[in-house]
Amino acid sequence: MTGVFSSREDQNRRLLRARDAMDAAYAEPLDVPALARIALMSPAHFIRTFRDTFGETPHRYLQRRRVERAMFLLRTSDRSVTDISVEVGFSSLGTFSRTFRDIVGESPSAYRLRGPLPAVPTCFVRAWTRPRDGISPPSTPSSFGEAGRASAG
Amino acid sequence: MIDSLLISQIYVLDQDAALDFYVGELGLEVHTDQDLGFMRWLTVCVPGHPERQILLERPGAPSLDDQTAAQVRDLVTKGATGGHLFFSTQDAYKTHRELAERGVELPEEPTEQPYGIDFGLRDPFGNHIRIAQLKEPTA
Repeated sequence: MTGVFSSREDQNRRLLRARDAMDAAYAEPLDVPALARIALMSPAHFIRTFRDTFGETPHRYLQRRRVERAMFLLRTSDRSVTDISVEVGFSSLGTFSRTFRDIVGESPSAYRLRGPLPAVPTCFVRAWTRPRDGISPPSTPSSFGEAGRASAG
Repeated sequence: MIDSLLISQIYVLDQDAALDFYVGELGLEVHTDQDLGFMRWLTVCVPGHPERQILLERPGAPSLDDQTAAQVRDLVTKGATGGHLFFSTQDAYKTHRELAERGVELPEEPTEQPYGIDFGLRDPFGNHIRIAQLKEPTA
């Protein structure tokens, strides 16, 4: 694709590729070095340019993706809140509940009472129900329950 | 009243590269590829379905001024222009496998959804594509 993209467009596309990788493996620990390799840049440069391009750090993007997936599962399955927290990548129920409440503004079980979601294509559900940022300040790095890793994002 | 959808448009950054991808890799076919002088009118369709075309349009002058075209290109590569194509297939796993064999970049495995089994991918520019095996015929 050489010549098709300007350098900025090429950078956008590489960052989008890394973001897609995060969306595909959201339950796995945030691995900034691996994502940075997908984007063909250094980890520090990756975090900075990701934030400049998409408006939030990779860490925050993934955190909101995990909460979005949890919101989806709460409304479309009858699995326990604990199961769902593990499924979307949180290592502790306490961290999950706190992060969920911070971002969504209500507890997972209260949110579940909103009932099932309509069956529209999941890509749109994922894009539109990932909770807004700004209800609370960005959580501390420990909010993933992955001490020592998440701070990279 | 309206009785069908004939042409939908998405922006592509390069029409030759778009042909390589949409026809060469994804398996669509060219419906029309014509130099109109002022633009290259390039549409593709699902094989056997010429009644529904996708216009692969290059953002640029004179349709868009250079600055606007640059903004569009920026947004396309961020995956933010809303270029979405939603295709159906009889067998999502088989299609995923075949696309993988052709070297298509596939960020997702086929996944069970409430409406069927599907997976997403992007064209070389950032437009989003979803391929679904629906539980019920699309009618």
